[in-house]
Amino acid sequence: MALPSPTAQSALRCRALVKRYGDVLAVAGLDLEVARGECFGMLGPNGAGKTTAVEIFEGLREPDAGEVEVLGDRWRGDGLPLRRRLGIQLQETKFPDKLRVREVLSLFRSFYPRGLTVAEAMTLVGLEEKADAQVRPLSGGQKQRLSLACALIGDPELLFLDEPTTGLDPQSRRQTWEIVEGLMARGRTVLLTTHYMEEAERLCDRVAILDHGKVIALGTPRELVASLGAEHVVEFTVDEGASRALTAEVLAALPSVEGVAREGARWRLTVREVHRAVPALLGVLAERGTAPTELTTHDASLEDVFMALTGRRLRDG
Amino acid sequence: MAEHADDRPRGPLAELTLARVRELTREPEAIFWVFVFPILLAAILALAFRSRPPEALPVAVAAGPRGEGRLAALSAQADLKPRLLAEAEARQALARGQVVLVVSGDDPPTYAYDPTQPDSRAARLAVDAALQRAAGRLDAFTPGHAEQTEPGTRYVDFLVPGLLGMNLMGTGMWGIGFSLVLARQGNLLKRLVASPVRRSHILGAQLLSRLIFLVPEAGALLLFASLALGVPVRGSLLLLVGVSVLGALAFSGLGLLTAARPRTIEGASGIMNLIMVPMWIFSGIFFSTDRFPHAMQPFVQALPLTALNNSLRAVMLEGAHLGPLLPALALLAAWGVISFVVALKVFRWQ
Repeated sequence: MALPSPTAQSALRCRALVKRYGDVLAVAGLDLEVARGECFGMLGPNGAGKTTAVEIFEGLREPDAGEVEVLGDRWRGDGLPLRRRLGIQLQETKFPDKLRVREVLSLFRSFYPRGLTVAEAMTLVGLEEKADAQVRPLSGGQKQRLSLACALIGDPELLFLDEPTTGLDPQSRRQTWEIVEGLMARGRTVLLTTHYMEEAERLCDRVAILDHGKVIALGTPRELVASLGAEHVVEFTVDEGASRALTAEVLAALPSVEGVAREGARWRLTVREVHRAVPALLGVLAERGTAPTELTTHDASLEDVFMALTGRRLRDG
Repeated sequence: MAEHADDRPRGPLAELTLARVRELTREPEAIFWVFVFPILLAAILALAFRSRPPEALPVAVAAGPRGEGRLAALSAQADLKPRLLAEAEARQALARGQVVLVVSGDDPPTYAYDPTQPDSRAARLAVDAALQRAAGRLDAFTPGHAEQTEPGTRYVDFLVPGLLGMNLMGTGMWGIGFSLVLARQGNLLKRLVASPVRRSHILGAQLLSRLIFLVPEAGALLLFASLALGVPVRGSLLLLVGVSVLGALAFSGLGLLTAARPRTIEGASGIMNLIMVPMWIFSGIFFSTDRFPHAMQPFVQALPLTALNNSLRAVMLEGAHLGPLLPALALLAAWGVISFVVALKVFRWQ
């Protein structure tokens, strides 16, 4: 078999994509390439331009500038031939309350010339037992899985998931992850947006971190974390007077510390070895006649990458 | 895996229409407003305006030397209900509307009445005739009486076509408008647009479901009117169906237009009321459009519901043929077509 051409290899490409809303630059020159068979994540805080970018990819919005190629094709006219090859889950879709699960799926199935049966789609997302239930009494997680089933029913080559687990309880979130992992095992391409770092870390082969409509980091979750140069994070708080007396230089000079960041009275150190950095830190604080009011350590994550790049958290709390 | 026979039996247009029909039939409120309400309204109004023997008119005779004699003369009249009162009391009764005319105590008498009240005027004629006759006047001749109370000329006969028109307007506008705005509000329209389905199918399904509901909706009202109230359908039933379908489509077009932009149900409700309230008043549902001054007639006659109501009445009550209805039907069709075209141009899909 001949090697596939570069275009056939990439499921999605965009170059220099720009989208403005009035004075706000929602997408500010985005370049991305998603390979076939890959799960690609767009990670960023609310307002980073993730949804706008995805809706441009989905042919729901026109970019102000730039090019988009989806499955080797471009958006033109009603785009129906291309749409038949895509699965789309919007951030939130309210299906008619009075329709049954089976009926919603049969409606969406009628749009595609080929695809799963209604029964297969229900099995795939674990809604078989709700086949004859109306939409209204379904739980948030069940509604989200119904929306996922509608996206999957045309057996798409490329699946767009816009914040598929936002607002779901941990159990529903894990169920959704398992469904996506099942799709990946069947060689499908998935592009998902999320502001949950653990979701991106678990599902995505590669992640683009977005902020203010631009990619600020791109790579596998492992590469991105490794770019911090240290695998652990130590966070501590001291009272305000003591915090003023501390300087980033003093902390950076501590053994094994690779990075220092500060949010008010709260300090963050990225460190290679916790067992060397923490005793030295406590020593420095003791010299200044203080002690931490709070001290935690964790393994470095994409959240820490985002914070190292922007000085802000992905989401509050 | 092999597909089951019932898994993909229908095309997108059929599925979209079916979804709409299912939604509506599972909504008890919709069933009430579409089917029960117009019948209930027709029944209540028929009861309120039922044809009944004319009631005797209450009149007062002021006490005086000739009071007793006048009371006796008026009491002999079946359509008058006279009573003898002191002059001041009689005036008070007139002011309160308890009597419609007062015969004063002097001779010759003075009739006190309100000439703007039909009952007062009728009482004046009857009282005067009775008193003149009692005083010795002779009738020049005795006329015959032919009373007209057969079906086709009663208020309820006028009312039913108007209610049918009103219902076609209401369900067309609410039915289509609400479902589209709700779908837009809940991102469902956007989700449909993101699917490989033609936009013409999404909107076409709305119109088709309207036509499907037209059958039981108009049928129930007409059947009730015909069987329970004896309202006639003098013209061709086929023409009546045709006029109803055209009306339903025209108001579906207006419904589509009102739903073309609003993002919220509240916004859509405001626009719909703005469009429908004038037609409730001006389009001859409950009373004839002839009541409005001449200067207003071009406006009144240009309203789509006026055209629909006039056409429905002409077919049902006058047995009209297609020819004379053509101008009104053309006006109705123009409303529908123009609304559709504009709605498609400005429609907000997400």
